[in-house]
Amino acid sequence: MKQETMISLQDVSFQYRNQTEPTLKHIDLEVCRGHKVLLTGPSGSGKSTLGNLLNGVIPEEFPGELTGQITINGHAVSELDLTSLSFEVGTVLQDPDAQFVALTVAEDMAFALENDAQPVSKLHARVKEWAEILKMPQLLDQKPQELSGGQKQRVALAGVLIDNEPILLLDEPLANLDPAAGRASLELLDTLAKERNLTVLVIDHRIEEALQIHFDKLVVLAEGEIVANDSPDEVLRSDVLLRNGLREPLYVTALKDAAVDLAALSDLDDLLGLQLETKAQKKLHSWQAQLPAPSAKEKGAPLLSGRGLTFGYPGKPAIFQDFDFEIQTGEMAALVGQNGTGKTTLINLITGFLKPQAGSLTLAGRPLLDLSVKERAEKIGYVLQDPNQMISKTNVSDEIALGLVLRGVPAAEQTARLEKILRVTGLYPYRHWPISALSFGQKKRVTIASVLVLEPQVLILDEPTAGQDLAHYAKMMDFLRLMNEQLGVTVLMVTHDMNLMLSYADRALVLDQGQLLAQAAPAQVLTDAQLIKRAHLSQLSLQVLANKSGITDAIGFAEKFTIHERSKDNARRA
Amino acid sequence: MHAELEKQGPWISRLSGTTKIVLLLALSAIGMVSYDTRYLVVLTIFALIFFYSARLKWRQIKALVYAIVGFTLLNLVLVYIFSPQYGTQIYGSSHILFGSGFLAVTAEELFYLLNMTLKYIFIVPLILAFLYTTDPSELAAGMNKIKIPYKVCYAVELSLRYIPDFLREYRQISFAQQARGLEISKKANLWQRVKGSSQILIPLVFSSLDRIEVTTRAMRLRRFGTQKKRSWYKAHPLSKLDWFLLGVTALLVVCGIWLFQVDQGRYYDPF
Repeated sequence: MKQETMISLQDVSFQYRNQTEPTLKHIDLEVCRGHKVLLTGPSGSGKSTLGNLLNGVIPEEFPGELTGQITINGHAVSELDLTSLSFEVGTVLQDPDAQFVALTVAEDMAFALENDAQPVSKLHARVKEWAEILKMPQLLDQKPQELSGGQKQRVALAGVLIDNEPILLLDEPLANLDPAAGRASLELLDTLAKERNLTVLVIDHRIEEALQIHFDKLVVLAEGEIVANDSPDEVLRSDVLLRNGLREPLYVTALKDAAVDLAALSDLDDLLGLQLETKAQKKLHSWQAQLPAPSAKEKGAPLLSGRGLTFGYPGKPAIFQDFDFEIQTGEMAALVGQNGTGKTTLINLITGFLKPQAGSLTLAGRPLLDLSVKERAEKIGYVLQDPNQMISKTNVSDEIALGLVLRGVPAAEQTARLEKILRVTGLYPYRHWPISALSFGQKKRVTIASVLVLEPQVLILDEPTAGQDLAHYAKMMDFLRLMNEQLGVTVLMVTHDMNLMLSYADRALVLDQGQLLAQAAPAQVLTDAQLIKRAHLSQLSLQVLANKSGITDAIGFAEKFTIHERSKDNARRA
Repeated sequence: MHAELEKQGPWISRLSGTTKIVLLLALSAIGMVSYDTRYLVVLTIFALIFFYSARLKWRQIKALVYAIVGFTLLNLVLVYIFSPQYGTQIYGSSHILFGSGFLAVTAEELFYLLNMTLKYIFIVPLILAFLYTTDPSELAAGMNKIKIPYKVCYAVELSLRYIPDFLREYRQISFAQQARGLEISKKANLWQRVKGSSQILIPLVFSSLDRIEVTTRAMRLRRFGTQKKRSWYKAHPLSKLDWFLLGVTALLVVCGIWLFQVDQGRYYDPF
């Protein structure tokens, strides 16, 4: 029986009006009813553009030249506008705060029906029905500020599913969630898709995380063309992901590097169901045995430490009660933990945006609490997640020099320090550029440079790799490692990205409800089942692989693998 | 069907948004025009019933009440200073209580000022009571029901929705700029602070514009603005109490107009 086609693109090309090259080139794609497709690709590959073609945002909001034929659920898109398309394709945008437009959960769920001027009785009935389906009747009166990221996403799903669109389009659904919430969200999506025979298109570059549920197709876009369109199993077997600057699931890389015969393995995308024969197990075993073990990085002297910190917002229970922590000189540390557990509060206490009710904070033995935000910033640099929130000048050099100007550093010294930092950060060629002409990753680099120019001893970064694909991400992190090694800057990163933590952090601090659950090597943290559960982290796929092949020391395996990856990176660059 | 709307609480919070808006608009219009003391006293009593039923806490309204009292006193003093004989002009008689010459205090002037104060006394509790017991979405729904275009109504609701996000964003940007070395505390002089604020405003404006663009897209993708009409989840049909209060309001307005006839003008003249 031939399956019904829900989405069909034939020789589709699209060029934005203000660009000289087409963003999408000759795309042919078919998606069957009830299928789930993961659409991936590096930044600028055109994956968001493709999504916007399907829901009608293009050409309605971004005009340009569109050729080829797009058919959705039997209708030619050229005959549909954004409104009629919205009955076919439900879209969940990446930013949950923008997606949630109403004042309460119930109203946001009802939003589309309100706009159709449906009778009020029907609004209430449908909201009730969907609240039951998504198991959230207790949330109906909540405001968006009171919800977690996972809950907001559930509301967003309800808000588009409520009028029974057959197709669901999700733009980076994992971007704002901690690993556990991300997994829960995907599982919910999977269940709904099965129950209602939905056609689902997920756009994301976090392939390992997304593949926690089964996808029928994995489509890879690069430079506006489809470079792979096959079952995830087949795509993982090939090297198309790495070749296009995308991250492969770690266990797949391990299997490939151990020269395990992938052709003999079925369902490579389903880690939990993966069957390894004795031969494959042996190969993996001997491969990992010969990998060099990590040399323990020397433990530095304590640099930044907090003792007996107590903090709570007025009228609310304390977030930190007699809390101690320590960051060591020269290390790269990761601060992890579920959303809303106090990570941001801790950073705000360190940078001086918040004042503790009790306790002490010291940097290299000198007390910090008497210093103002400005004074602390000379010793502790803080880089926000969104560079647009930091940038206030129009030109790269002015932006980077701003901190020096505001501190009244003599002009000659300003020039010298600016030039040095421009060279170290690789921004020298861009020094006269307007910031608006830079990419997201370059802007991020500018904000880091503007903080580094003050020569801080500690650099704190909030989700340094958010919104960046592997190629940009690796560049950014290698750059930070360089700063760490060359300038001796101690780095503290706040992150949900388990790969980032494993590959780049020397030590992980796991925060949960104002307590440090653990301070250990990332490989150790990510293989501790209890810790993973409590702190909303996710289990390392390498550990599952280790278990399947009888490698008892999963931590050692993960650590050796990280070293191996790093040396591969270095070799590639050299 | 509307079980979730029949929440516990004072009856005033169960009133429909439409009733509240109509009541407020109608009574403030007639109350502003009329200078009939008896009528204004009735309106004041009517307004106080609402105020009491709202069960507001003093600390909630303290700041607003102080501001309004201050403003009213200032207003009264200014009116007296600029036209101390205005009461005499209106009522056509002059009973000097004390003082002499231009600034002589007449009974007529005091009576005129009393009427003016009564207008504030009746309107302020009414506004406060409605302000604190009305859900913004219901207000929007109510505004829409009296034929205000729904896009305008939703804009009101939307701005309330994004105020907390906006404040958070402002705080974040302000912190980041302070860390860069911007001094906006009292340590800096006024000019530096004004200059410094612009440094916060630029990123704030740009990020807000971004936010607006994405939000607009999110709304369009769920068909906002495509129909002539829109329904509201928070709208609910007028209850008996709503109809009763609307009736009372209509009666009061008619009464007020009838008093213009009786008084032969807007002013009640006891002199």
